[in-house]
Amino acid sequence: MGVELAGGTTPSLDVRGVRYAYPDGHVALDGVDLTVARGERVALLGPNGAGKTTLVLHLNGVLGGGGGVVSVAGLTVDRDRRTLAEIRRRVGIVFQDPDDQLFLPTVGEDVAFGPANLGLRGAELAARVDEALAAVGMTEHRDRAPHHLSFGQRRRVAVATVLAMRPEILVLDEPSSNLDPASRRELAGILRALPVTLLMVTHDLPYALELCERSVILDAGRIVADAPTPHLLTDPPLLARHRLELPYGFTPPLPAPH
Amino acid sequence: MGAAETGQGHAHVLHLERDGVLHRLPPEVKIAAMAAYTLVVVVTPREALWAFAGYAALIVAVAALGRIPAGWLAKRALIELPFVVFALALPFLAGGERVDWLGLRLSVEGLYGGWNILAKGTLGVLASLILAATTTSRDLIVGLDRLRCPQILTQIATFMLRYLDVLAAEARRMRVARISRGDDPRFLWQLRGFAAGVGALFLRAFERGERVYLAMVSRGYDGRMPAAWHATGVATAGQWVAAAVVPLAAATIAVAATVLR
Repeated sequence: MGVELAGGTTPSLDVRGVRYAYPDGHVALDGVDLTVARGERVALLGPNGAGKTTLVLHLNGVLGGGGGVVSVAGLTVDRDRRTLAEIRRRVGIVFQDPDDQLFLPTVGEDVAFGPANLGLRGAELAARVDEALAAVGMTEHRDRAPHHLSFGQRRRVAVATVLAMRPEILVLDEPSSNLDPASRRELAGILRALPVTLLMVTHDLPYALELCERSVILDAGRIVADAPTPHLLTDPPLLARHRLELPYGFTPPLPAPH
Repeated sequence: MGAAETGQGHAHVLHLERDGVLHRLPPEVKIAAMAAYTLVVVVTPREALWAFAGYAALIVAVAALGRIPAGWLAKRALIELPFVVFALALPFLAGGERVDWLGLRLSVEGLYGGWNILAKGTLGVLASLILAATTTSRDLIVGLDRLRCPQILTQIATFMLRYLDVLAAEARRMRVARISRGDDPRFLWQLRGFAAGVGALFLRAFERGERVYLAMVSRGYDGRMPAAWHATGVATAGQWVAAAVVPLAAATIAVAATVLR
C-alpha cells in the first residue's frame, strides 16, 4: 500500500472481493479489493475492457449482486431503497460524456436535479447550486442551455451536478477525454482544489501523475498493482503487461527514494 | 430558480423573441386558452360562415396584441399545405348534389367539407403558432406540468427538447462522415447509406438513453422529477381571466351562430 490510512477514520471507499459477470457470462470483475482513504486522490488505470466502468457502477449500487462488499464511508451498499439513496448521495459519479449527464434544458436546473432528489427546496437548493457552480467556475452560465456551452464547460458543469450533492467521494470516468490542453489544465486545477476524496478512472497517465498521489491498475477484472503513481509510471514492463503506455516523449520524473 | 427566469434556454424556429403582453403571460393560461379556443372552433357547425370570420378577427387581434408580424405567421402556417391541397380537391372528389360554377361541376357536400377543413385547420394552426411564438419550449413544458399533464408526457417532452440537438448533431456528423467517403445520393435507389445511417442513429439514441438513465439514477432519480423549480411564477387569477377573454369571445360567437342559424 502506497499511502497509509489516516489513523482510525473510516475509509471513504472500501471494496472487498467484488465479483461481477454480465448476463452473457463475460466475467467483468473477478474479486476486486480497493480501499481509498478520506481525502485521498486515486487513479484507477487500466486498458479498455478491463472492467473500470463496471467497477464504477458498483460503487453506487447501479450494478451488484455478483458477490463481495462495497462500503462508502462505512455504509454498505445493498438493495434497500433508503440505503441506495444515501449511497448515491455519497458517491458522485461524473460520466465520461457530459451529454449523458446533462439532460435538462438549463445548467442551473441540471445542477439542482441531484440535490432536489435529496429533498432540498427553495433557498437551500439555490445555495447548493450556486456553491457547486462556483466551485467549477461556471456561475455566469447558470441560465444557459448545456448544448450552447463548449465541451470543456459541459464537463465542468457535469462535475458541478454531482458536487451539488456534497459527495463523500467523487468518481470521474475519463475526466480528461476529448478536452483541449487548456480545458484539461483548467479541469486539473478545479479538481485539485476540491476538498473531496477522488477516484479517477483514466488511461491518461500524465493526468494521473499530475493529480493523484496513488494509482491502482485494474486488468482482467482484478487489481494488479497498487502504488504511488510515480512508481507505477516508471515501471515500463508493468505498464506494458497491462496495455498502458506513456505518451510519446513523456518521461515521468523518477520517484523520490523512500 | 423560477422557470420564468431560466426559461430562455432554447431558441427554436417557432418562437419569436419579444417582450410583449402575451410573452409575459404564464404558459399554463396560454395553453388553456389556446386549447379552449380551438375546441370552440372545431365544434362550430361548418354552415355558420360568419362565425369563422369572427374567429379570424379574434386571431388577428391576439396576433396584433402579441406584436407578431402577419408575414412571420403566414410563413410558418405553410405547414398546413398538405391539408389545404386535400381540402381543395374535395369539391371535385366528393359525391352528392352538384352545383355549376365557372363551368365546373362541384359537389356541394365536398365544398362544405373542404371549407370545414380549411377554415378550422387554418384557425387551429394560427392559434398554435401564436402560442409557440410567445412561449419558449421550456415554458410550454412548465405550463403543461402546471395543468397537471401526466408527468411521463412532460418528461418525454423535456428529453426531446434537450436531446433533439444532440441527436441532430450526431446525425450531421454521420452525414459528413458518409459524404466524406464519396456517398452522394441523388436518386431514391442510392439512399442505402442514408437508410443505414438512420438505423445506426436509432441504435445510438437507444444507447444514449440508457447512459442518460444511468447518470440520472446515480444522482438519486427514483422515477419522479423533483418539481422544485416549478413553484414560482404561477398564473394569478387576473391572468386567467385576461386569457379567458379570447375563448369566451369565441364561445359567444359559436352560441350566437348556432342560435341564429
